[in-house]
Amino acid sequence: MSKPLPPVNCNTEREAMWLGVREASKVPAFIMSASFIGFGSMVYDAGWTVHHGVVTTLTTWALPGQIMLVEMFNAGAPLLAIAISIGMINARIFPMVVSLLPVVRKPGIPAWVYFVIVNAIAVTTWMGVMLRIPYLKPEHRFSYLLGYGGLLWSISPFFTAIGFFLSDMVPRPVSIGLVFLNPLYFTLLFLVDLKKPTKVIALVLGAILGPLLFLFSSDWSLLLTGIIGGTAAYFLGQRIDGPTEGGQGQKTPDEALNQTESAN
Amino acid sequence: MNGFDIPEWAIIWAAIAVSGLATYASRFLGVIFSGRVRADGKLVEWVASVTYALLAGLVARMIILPIGSLNAATDWMRLAATAAGLAAFFAFGRSVAAGVITGTLALIIMLWQ
Repeated sequence: MSKPLPPVNCNTEREAMWLGVREASKVPAFIMSASFIGFGSMVYDAGWTVHHGVVTTLTTWALPGQIMLVEMFNAGAPLLAIAISIGMINARIFPMVVSLLPVVRKPGIPAWVYFVIVNAIAVTTWMGVMLRIPYLKPEHRFSYLLGYGGLLWSISPFFTAIGFFLSDMVPRPVSIGLVFLNPLYFTLLFLVDLKKPTKVIALVLGAILGPLLFLFSSDWSLLLTGIIGGTAAYFLGQRIDGPTEGGQGQKTPDEALNQTESAN
Repeated sequence: MNGFDIPEWAIIWAAIAVSGLATYASRFLGVIFSGRVRADGKLVEWVASVTYALLAGLVARMIILPIGSLNAATDWMRLAATAAGLAAFFAFGRSVAAGVITGTLALIIMLWQ
């Protein structure tokens, strides 16, 4: 069976934020820095300036879209085509925000803060925070996201610049290895916590449907994979779980505790 | 490349702005929408399930049918490197770090000729 994350004991929001910083600073930060070094060297090869690369990282901060931007631009694609393609490939961020923000929302935080923090939500942040959230009290979750996403987002422009200036020194096998780092990392992250049947079924169906549907439509395959695989997994998972109040799967004791507390 | 006399740097900045706006659209709509759903409701659970399926699909596609520079590695190399990463991950007690390092090094070594 799966080994969940080690439990944590946070007493204040400040502690939760630093826990986010600490946990993000290990493997996730390593993956992000390596990936953005790869992106930086790609920007150099494309003949762009370091400013272009750094600003792209700060404003888009979703690597598949950034790579697509550079590749499409160099292929001479019109701006409209670039906008549509990036809008579609990054549309995956929408369900991440919709499933994460309601869980971390906290009374007293002004609305504009959410419109800013959302820039730090991409696959790595989403996966990492989703794994940790069941162990955190509801009032500590926002601080954890702030620490985790904030760290990853803020280091990315620096590594983009480093990759830009090192690009002549990175041998080709290494730069290809840096691209491979991302899918491998996410594959392993998927396997860290397999307690919930819904999640397991969603992952299996997604892994099968993704490449299969891509053969028929490269544009719509991702969206269709998510909706078909995710919906099927949702209903199959509920059948296995049995009807539970609130729709959650097996609860860890902490999670059950958190939910009674949040009722106050 | 363009029919007008717009300098190249201006078009690059325009493309970067377009990319940022196209990406922020998803984040912006996500914030708007997430304000109207219950945290422990079924909708959030369904959306999370959709996201997991979508991400697994993206990741599997990136490994099996890569688009960019990863194409330089053969199918066999990518699958072998993935297997090496998985083996190290389980051998070291589900260590993501061990798996990522082993798998990536395996691919780099296989490409090194």
